[in-house]
Amino acid sequence: MSNAEEEAKALVDLGRSVMERAIEGGADVAEAGVHSGSHLSVKVRMSEPELVEEAGSRALGLRVMVGQRVASTYTSDLSEAGQRTLIEDALELARLSESDEFAGPPDPSELSSPTQWADLDTFDEGVSEISADEALSRAQHGERAAFDFDPRITNSEGASFTRARGVSALVTSGGFAGSDYGTYASLVVNPVADDEGGKKRSGYHWSASRHYADLEDSQAVGEEAARRTIAQLGAKKLPTQELPVIFDKDAARSILGLFAGCVLGSSIWRKSSYLVDRVGTRVASDLVDIVDDPLLPRAPGSRAFDGEGLLCRRNVVVEGGVLKTYLMDTYSARKLGQTSTGSASRSPAGGISPSTSNLILKANAQSRDELIAETKHGLYVTSMMGFGFNAVTGDFSRGASGFLIQNGELSDPVSEVTISLNLDQLLQRIDAVADDLDQRTAIASPTFRVSSMTLAGS
Amino acid sequence: MTGRYHAPFAEHGSHAVDADIADRLLRIALEKGGDYADLFFEYSVSGSYVYDEQILKSARRAVSMGLGVRVMKGDATGYAYCEDFSFDAMKRAAKTAAQIAAGGQPLAPLAVSMRDAPNRYPVSVESLDVDGEAKKAILERADRAARASDSRVVRVDASFAESAREVLIANSLGHMARDRQPLIRFGIHVIAEDAGNRQSGSSGGGGRMGLEYFDGQTPEWHAEQAVKQALVMLDAREAPAGEMDVVLAPGDSGILLHEAVGHGLEADFNRKKTSNYSGRVGEEVASALCTVVDDASLEGSRGSINVDDEGQLPTRSVLIEDGVLKGYMQDRHSADFFGTTPDGHGRRQSFRSHPMPRMTNTMLMGGQDAPEDIIRSVSRGVYAKKFGGGQVDIANGDFVFSLTEGYLIEDGKVTAPLKGVNLIGNGPDAMRNVVMLGHDFEVSDGIWTCGKEGQSVPVGVGCPTIKIASMTVGGTQVAGG
Repeated sequence: MSNAEEEAKALVDLGRSVMERAIEGGADVAEAGVHSGSHLSVKVRMSEPELVEEAGSRALGLRVMVGQRVASTYTSDLSEAGQRTLIEDALELARLSESDEFAGPPDPSELSSPTQWADLDTFDEGVSEISADEALSRAQHGERAAFDFDPRITNSEGASFTRARGVSALVTSGGFAGSDYGTYASLVVNPVADDEGGKKRSGYHWSASRHYADLEDSQAVGEEAARRTIAQLGAKKLPTQELPVIFDKDAARSILGLFAGCVLGSSIWRKSSYLVDRVGTRVASDLVDIVDDPLLPRAPGSRAFDGEGLLCRRNVVVEGGVLKTYLMDTYSARKLGQTSTGSASRSPAGGISPSTSNLILKANAQSRDELIAETKHGLYVTSMMGFGFNAVTGDFSRGASGFLIQNGELSDPVSEVTISLNLDQLLQRIDAVADDLDQRTAIASPTFRVSSMTLAGS
Repeated sequence: MTGRYHAPFAEHGSHAVDADIADRLLRIALEKGGDYADLFFEYSVSGSYVYDEQILKSARRAVSMGLGVRVMKGDATGYAYCEDFSFDAMKRAAKTAAQIAAGGQPLAPLAVSMRDAPNRYPVSVESLDVDGEAKKAILERADRAARASDSRVVRVDASFAESAREVLIANSLGHMARDRQPLIRFGIHVIAEDAGNRQSGSSGGGGRMGLEYFDGQTPEWHAEQAVKQALVMLDAREAPAGEMDVVLAPGDSGILLHEAVGHGLEADFNRKKTSNYSGRVGEEVASALCTVVDDASLEGSRGSINVDDEGQLPTRSVLIEDGVLKGYMQDRHSADFFGTTPDGHGRRQSFRSHPMPRMTNTMLMGGQDAPEDIIRSVSRGVYAKKFGGGQVDIANGDFVFSLTEGYLIEDGKVTAPLKGVNLIGNGPDAMRNVVMLGHDFEVSDGIWTCGKEGQSVPVGVGCPTIKIASMTVGGTQVAGG
């Protein structure tokens, strides 16, 4: 048995003991989540080590129900006294809560068992073995590559390397017991260049992976970070106008992230989404297919079972622009008169809500360059700022920077403008989707183009 | 000692930490040759209550505790933490952090002694020690008031969060300090619907105080504000796009200062010369009307602290005076670099993170103008009343803010409500364009949380009515022709 498996077994045992004690104490339902993690995080700046941080941590989360009254508690104090407070507080708070007719664990017949769980290959022992020296040298290499790439890189916010390992277990009084473990390594490089008028331009690039071998080369990360930083030199506002907008895959991902929040069952029953009552209707152009796929090997958001112990499955959310389903946990499914999509996520603190796993807007056949080439005049967005999104109405307006597109080519860098359009219309106006999807993030999209948006500038 | 939740490291606690234990751990931390070390003991208890669909639907409590050990050698920091206070666990953390200075000569720490700190949040009974029924009753009152106020209100949820954070800091310069930081935050969120049009409104507040907060700002008052905002938004029209005058309402708009100016004056960015304010102390960086301070001493304010997370005693720092840059906000590391003393801005999210220069209560002080004169002076512009949040690019000062409540100003009068308004600009440019300041300075109610490098800390903001000449408003309506 590997270290991680042994640790997982110990966490399941601890979870079971806490769950049983809560039931003995008077809970009708008890669910214990146990987490254990360790990480090493280093940062270098101007080639010198700036931070070396190393630690491990453990925590217990408990959710109980007394009748249909719900409470949850959390502690990082795993001592006997800490566990006792965790259980007593949960029971006391449950008696303060009021009965919620929709509350309750999933039906035991819905729970998954170990033989059903896919091996998602999210754990690499090699990640835990990366030493502080090696981490520092990867970060130094990345930063140096950025400086070497272009003499206009004159400063740095630093480069960071992090490795993390996590093991977690869930034990419920409904009869579920399971554990999960994963690793994660990442490198980020953040160079700075001097621009005209005393302004500085800061840019970054990063790589992250479950397996160490999948992490992008430090040289490549540093060079791309430098390329992005330099590209923004001399950025100017544009005059206010309506124009086509291409979102590169980073910006596109951020748009998809807004949609992700609106498609959750919890947002729907709370009426906090513009997608209420929209299943079966057009929510995007027919070029748009969106899936939530927790079963992708080595992907950042992969999981075999969900936060309630249900088997995870691939859910088609949008097909040909038509909304097929919301993503639901047991509670939101009951509220909406439907069944769970296996999308429950349990926070370390014990709360449960639906979440996306790997939410992906599917790639199309065109290259990013072709999208740019067929755009006569437009804006190419590489990053966005601010929080200008109203989920209830879909109104969207954020700060943007990127490049002007003239005659099918990227030209002057642009910053300090906002782009606005209701998200519902934005997704329906997608008139081209590129082929450059990658699996670096749990919410992922290729580059896409929106036929027309309002740009506010000078 | 009263109350239910106490730090194990406090006097009489199960793992009481005294000067002797601190000294032993600091010695271990410095045994590899570090220049400086500090210990950050933290015990934090938080609770939250959500009232939704006319029942108290969820109640939560969380306990988090541990020790963070930091060792510095030149510009390099070693950091480690542990989650139990057994001497062995603490010793291991100290040894791990010490590694940053591997190969150096051991340094003996100075004997530690306790510092006297002021008390800026004299709370008679902490919210955590009050029976849960009292908090349920507050949420019920808010819910009832919101539902009763207008038939278009279709959803109400109200929440209450409380915490107490006890810290003990000891460092190798001989300083030791304690603080217990209570905090409450109330919020209500409503959705109003009319003929298929749905809009939300919200209101909230709190601070470092107990339930007496609600004697001043009642749950009913917050409910009324939230409902009013949602109803106003039902009639909102598309916002204009382009450059125009902007008037910021007093209080909440201080968040714009926090983003546009505050972050750029945190000393770490200036130490690294990555802020657009680097090397500009003594220069004019704002209109002569502007005096900006960061003040940790406001009684009961969300951003106030008695002791910072490095054991320093913060006061009031003048950052900009009559438009001239006076100084940065320092933590220990940056103060060493600038050859000055740390001024109490070293803060961290928890024992799991190292401190950085952070803001407390950041404020633009009041001016001479009557607020109505300020509005009257604008022929076409935007009146920004409530902010949803903002973000700044420290390197060049570019910022974006989104409004949750904003209005058009036409011919000197506040007229139609606007939806989806964003303000975009550049910090130094916006500060030079401050042309009028009201005499109506206000501190915002306690709702703001500031994020930096993944660490969140509670902050306060404040300002008077402000007129900024020519800012970019990011709406959808391009002016005709």
